[in-house]
Amino acid sequence: MSQLIEEKNSTPVIKCESVYKIFGNNAQRLLENSNGQVDAKTFQESGCIVGVNNASFDVMKGEMMVVMGLSGSGKSTLLRCISRLTEATSGNIFIDGEDLLSMNNKQLIELRRNKMGMVFQSFALLPHKTVIENIAFPLQIKGMTTQDSMSKALEMVELVGLKGRENYFPRELSGGQQQRVGIARSLAVEPDIWFLDEPFSALDPLIRKEMQDEFLRLQGVLNKTIMFVTHDFDEALRLADKIAIMKDGIIEQLDTPDNIVLNPATEYVKKFTEDVPREKVLKIESIMDPYDSNNSGSKQVSKDAIIETLAESILNSKEVLTVIDNKNQIVGSLNPSKVIKVIFGK
Amino acid sequence: MLTDLKNSRSKQFLLLFISFLLLYFFVPEDENSLLWRLPPLLKGIPLLINNFLDNLMFKWFTIPIWDPDWQMYEDKPLFRLITRSISDFLLFLIIFIREIFLGGLQTIGSLTGDSLKAYKWVYLPALPWTAVVIGLFILGYKLKGIGLALIASLGFFYVSIFGQWEPTMETLSLVLVTAPICFVLGLFFGILGYLNKKVETSLQPILNVAQTMPHFSYLVPILVLFGIGDHAGAVATIIFATPPMIRLTILGLKKISPEVVESGLMSGCNRFQLLFKVLIPTARRDILIGVNQVIMQCLAMTTIAAFIGAKGLGFNLKVALNGLKIGKAAEIGICVVIIAVVLDKLSLAWANKQKDYFANLNFYQRNKAFIFFVILTIILAIIAYFSAFFFDKGFNYLYLIPFNKGLTIAPILDAGIDWIWETFFYYLNAFNKFLITYVLFVMRDAYLGMPVISTFVLVMGAGYIIGGIRSCLIVGALILFIALSEYWNRALITAYMATFAVGISAILGIVVGSICARNEIAAKFILSVCDFFQTFPSFIYLIPVILLFGITDTSVMIAAIAYATVPATRYTVEGLRSVPPALQDAGSMSGVSNLQRLISIEFPLAFPHIMLGINQTVIFALFMVILGALIGTEDLGQIIMGCLSRPNGAGIGLTLGIFVSFICLAVDNLIRTWADERKKLLGLN
Repeated sequence: MSQLIEEKNSTPVIKCESVYKIFGNNAQRLLENSNGQVDAKTFQESGCIVGVNNASFDVMKGEMMVVMGLSGSGKSTLLRCISRLTEATSGNIFIDGEDLLSMNNKQLIELRRNKMGMVFQSFALLPHKTVIENIAFPLQIKGMTTQDSMSKALEMVELVGLKGRENYFPRELSGGQQQRVGIARSLAVEPDIWFLDEPFSALDPLIRKEMQDEFLRLQGVLNKTIMFVTHDFDEALRLADKIAIMKDGIIEQLDTPDNIVLNPATEYVKKFTEDVPREKVLKIESIMDPYDSNNSGSKQVSKDAIIETLAESILNSKEVLTVIDNKNQIVGSLNPSKVIKVIFGK
Repeated sequence: MLTDLKNSRSKQFLLLFISFLLLYFFVPEDENSLLWRLPPLLKGIPLLINNFLDNLMFKWFTIPIWDPDWQMYEDKPLFRLITRSISDFLLFLIIFIREIFLGGLQTIGSLTGDSLKAYKWVYLPALPWTAVVIGLFILGYKLKGIGLALIASLGFFYVSIFGQWEPTMETLSLVLVTAPICFVLGLFFGILGYLNKKVETSLQPILNVAQTMPHFSYLVPILVLFGIGDHAGAVATIIFATPPMIRLTILGLKKISPEVVESGLMSGCNRFQLLFKVLIPTARRDILIGVNQVIMQCLAMTTIAAFIGAKGLGFNLKVALNGLKIGKAAEIGICVVIIAVVLDKLSLAWANKQKDYFANLNFYQRNKAFIFFVILTIILAIIAYFSAFFFDKGFNYLYLIPFNKGLTIAPILDAGIDWIWETFFYYLNAFNKFLITYVLFVMRDAYLGMPVISTFVLVMGAGYIIGGIRSCLIVGALILFIALSEYWNRALITAYMATFAVGISAILGIVVGSICARNEIAAKFILSVCDFFQTFPSFIYLIPVILLFGITDTSVMIAAIAYATVPATRYTVEGLRSVPPALQDAGSMSGVSNLQRLISIEFPLAFPHIMLGINQTVIFALFMVILGALIGTEDLGQIIMGCLSRPNGAGIGLTLGIFVSFICLAVDNLIRTWADERKKLLGLN
C-alpha cells in the first residue's frame, strides 16, 4: 500500500515536455522548419510572436511552482497552455500522466470540472451573481443540485473568511474581498491542481501582503499542487517551493528560491536577485554546516526557519547552534559568523 | 513643392477644391456630354426588382395544394404562402394583444371556431384604462420610485382623458408584438455574429444599409410581399428595429473581459453553459440597453407604418396632417411624445435596475406588487363591467373614453396658431420668402448646375486624401451607382437640402455643445434635453414646423435642422467632456485662458468624436429631408412617397432607398476613416 502511494507521489502531477506556443498564422510550419531552435527575432520578422519557447518541467504533488517574469515574458501564456485555454503549438503536457493535448472537448471539460481550479488577475467574477452564487457556479455547472452546491459554497465562504457577505454582489466588495471570492470559487470543486494567474497584482501593497498570508494559510491546510504566476519577485520568493524565471518565452532558471538567490544562472536572473535582502529569503538550511557533535551548543534552531526571524537570538548566543528538522532530528550545525556574512557581506 | 503637397492635407484639399471649381465652371451644360451627366445605364434596376418580386410572389417555387372546394390540386407559389402565414401569425398576435386592452371577440373566435361566436358572452372584456394607469404606477414605482410612477401613470391618464386611448392602445399593441420579436431576432443574430467572424462580416453591410435606408423605401416592397394592414406595419417595424439590437448584442458580448470567459471555461462550462450562464448574463446591461433602443425604434416605426395601413396614433396623425388639422395633429403628437417618454423611461429603469437577491423571500413577498395589481385589475374590471348599466348610449367610460368625448385642446391650439399666423404672418412669410428665394433656390440651382465629373473629382478626391485608394474607390462606386440612374438630379436636390441642414445643424450643435460643456450642470441638462428630443419619432418634428411655416421647403429644412442638431450637440458635449482631466490640469499650469484651452487643447482632442456626431447629423438630416416629402418636396423623397400609391412602386422605392443609404454610407466612410485615423494618432480609444 505504502509502495503504491510512493509510486503515485513520484509521478509528477503536471509534466511539460518542450512546450512551444507561437502566435501567428504559419506558426506551425515555421516551428517545424526551425528544428527546435526558436529565435524570437527571426520569428517576429515572419509575423509570428513567440509566447512560450521550449518549456520543460515537472510539478510534483503538493508542490508550489511560481512562474515569475515581467509583462510579455510568456508566463501567463504558459499557464494558459497548461490549462489549455490556449492550444500549445507543439510539445507534450501530461496531467496526472494523462496526455492533455490529445483530450477531446468532453474529456477536457471533465478535467476542468474535477481537477482544476483557476484564479484570475482581474477576479473575473460574474457580475450578475452574488458571492455565494459565484462560488457555487462551478458546482452547478457540474450538475450538482442547488441545495448541495449552496451548502458547499457556504463552507468555502467560511474558508476564505467572507462569512456574512455571501449575499453581496461583486460590485459591493473591495478588491481583496473579490479575490477571496475568486479563490473560493476556484477551490469549490476541490481541485487537485490550482492555477493562480497574478492573483494579487491588482491589489494594494498592504492588502497584497495580507492575501499572501491568507494564501499560505490555505495552502497549509489544503496542500494543493499549485502553479502560481506573478511579476513580483518578492512574492515569488515568499511563496514558492520552486521558481521558474521567464524571459521572452524562455525559462531562464528553474530552481528553489534559495538557489536562485545564491546562484543566479544568468545575468538576467542576477538583476532580480541583486537587491534582495538575503536574510529575508534564505532558510537556516541553506547556510548550515554538516553536524559536528564536538562543536555544537545546546541551543536548537529549525532548518526551515527564515534567517531574519532568528538572526537576533543567534547573534546573541555566540555559540554554534544545532539545526534540527521538523521531526526534531539533528541535521546540521550553524555558526553565527555565517549569519553575519549573509546579512552584511555580499 | 510636390513633397510639400504630400505632407500637408490642407494643401491637398485646397488643390482638390480648386480643381473642383475649375471643372464646375468650365464643363459646359450639355445633356449629351459624359462630363455633364452620365447616361442612365442602370435604369432597368427598378423593373428587375419588380419582376423579381412578381415572380417570387406569383410564379416561382409552386407547390400543389389541395383545394377542398374544387376537389383538386392547385399550384400555389411557396413564397407567397410563407409570407401570408407570417402575416397571419403577426396579425393574430397583434389582435390578441389589442383585444386584451380594448376587448373583442376575434381571438377567442379564432381559437374556438365560429360556432361560439353566436353567444353574446364570448367576448374578451377590455382591460379598463384605470387598471392600466394603476398598473403603470406600480411598475414605475417598483422600477425606480415615485417619480417614474407619476410620469408613467399621469402620462397615460392624459392620453385617456383626451380621448386617445383607442389609437394609443393600437400603437402599443404593435410595439408589444414587434419589440419582443426584434429582441429575439437581434439577440440571435448578435450571438451568431459574436461566435462566428464570417457571420459578423457578412452582417455588417446589411446592417449598414438597413440602418441608413429611409423608412419609406422598404414600406413599398413590404406592401407587395405582405399586403396592407397592421401585419405589414409589424414587418416593417421588425426590419427597422432589429439592426440596433444586433449591433448592441455584438458590442456587449465583445466587451466582456477575456478573463471572465476563461473563468467560465475553467469552471468546466460547455458551449451552451458558457453562452447562457456566462456570456449573456455578463453582457446583460448592454443587451438591456438594446431592448430600450428596440422599443423606441418600434414606436418610431409604428407611427410611420401608418402609410401601409397600421392602425394607431400614426394613422390618426397622418389623417390629421392630410386634412391640415394642425391642432388635432399637435394633440396626437403630444400623445406620441408622452408614450415615447414613458416607454423610454420605463425600459431604461428596467435596464439599469440591479438584480435583487430573492433567496430569503417567499412567493408572496417576491410578487407582492404583481398580486396587488392582479387583484386591483379584477376589481376594476368588475366595476367597469357593471357600470355599463349606468352609462347610457352604450359608452362605458371606465373601459375607454372615445375620441369625440374626451377633452380636447385642439380648438385652443388652432386659435393659437391662427393668432400666431395673424400676428406674425408678415415676419414669418418674409423670412420664409427670403430663405427660399435667396438661399435655398440659389443653392439648389448651384447643385443642379454641377457637372457630374466635378462631383466625382470632389468626392473621390476627398476619399483619396483621407483614406487612400481604398476609400476613394468605395466612395466613387457608391456615388457611381446613383449617377448611372435616371434620378441623379433628384439626388442632387436631396443632397443640397441635406447639406444645408447639416451645415446649420453642425454649427448650432458645436456652438451650443461647447458652451454647455464648460459647466457640469449645463452639460447634464443639455444631454438630457438631447435624450428627450431623441425619444420622439421623427414624424413628430414635422408638426410644429408646418404650424409655423406651412407647406414649404422652409418647414422641411427647419425640421431637419431641429432633428439633426441633436446628435451634433450630444457628441460635442461628450467629446469635450471626455478630454482627460490631467491634460486640463497641464493646460491650466501652462497658463492658458479659457478660449486658448478650448482651441488648443479641447477641440483638437474632441474633434474626432465631434466628427462622428456630424456623421450622425448627416444621416438624421437625410432621413428628415426624405420624410419631408410628406409636406411636399421635389427630391428623392417625393418619388419614394409616390411609390406608396403606385402599382409598381416597389422597385423604384427600394432602389431610391438604397441610393439614400449609399449617400449616407459614402459620407460615413469618409468621416469614420478620418476619425479612426485621428483617434489612433492622438492615442484615444
